[in-house]
Amino acid sequence: MERVELRTAPFDPYADLRRFQRSRGLDRGACGATAVFVGSMRDFNEGEAVAELFLEHYPGMTERCLEEIVAGTLDDTGAEDARVVHRVGPILPGEDIVLVAAFSAHRAEAFAACRAIIEALKRDAPFWKREKGPAGERWVSCNTGDR
Amino acid sequence: MIRILFFAGLAETIGRREAYLAYPGPVDVAGVWVQVVGTPRPDRLRCARNQAHCDFGTAVHDGDEVAFFPPVTGG
Repeated sequence: MERVELRTAPFDPYADLRRFQRSRGLDRGACGATAVFVGSMRDFNEGEAVAELFLEHYPGMTERCLEEIVAGTLDDTGAEDARVVHRVGPILPGEDIVLVAAFSAHRAEAFAACRAIIEALKRDAPFWKREKGPAGERWVSCNTGDR
Repeated sequence: MIRILFFAGLAETIGRREAYLAYPGPVDVAGVWVQVVGTPRPDRLRCARNQAHCDFGTAVHDGDEVAFFPPVTGG
């Protein structure tokens, strides 16, 4: 499996994680640490109910940007490998939007890589959220700092 | 020819997602915006050249793809 994947339909991040570990040989003893972040869709934002989300992206640049973030982070942290899955298109509350997993011999590198990847993704990866709620549709204007 | 792409709320604001500009000679990303859109650049506008983030002063060459978009909100 490739490190980065965009999905147009709901996915199970935990099953994906296992498949990725097996496909890349990360389950044979070299990696004692797996750090995981799963971001899911809330049914509220900035005090308002959200019924549906649409995630627009920039085909080509989005994948390239994510691959560069992952490669750069592995270099910086010394983690062994990482996986990023991100949804695009329509998404409903409770569905998972993003999986970031980092694999390493020990926990420090895995935690550092997982955190660095999700923060860089939120800062730089070309995705845009449009929310649908009782008052109509609106584009989300910015990502929250490091919350 | 330069291909220009617009995304998300910006595409809705200016009413199109794609445009083409005959290569006008030496030009930067800011110059492409002026020639294709013409209105003042929105606050916090971001840009890319050939699918990599860049600055408004980045040089654009014939055959390049330039994109303009609002701050990103993925994750």
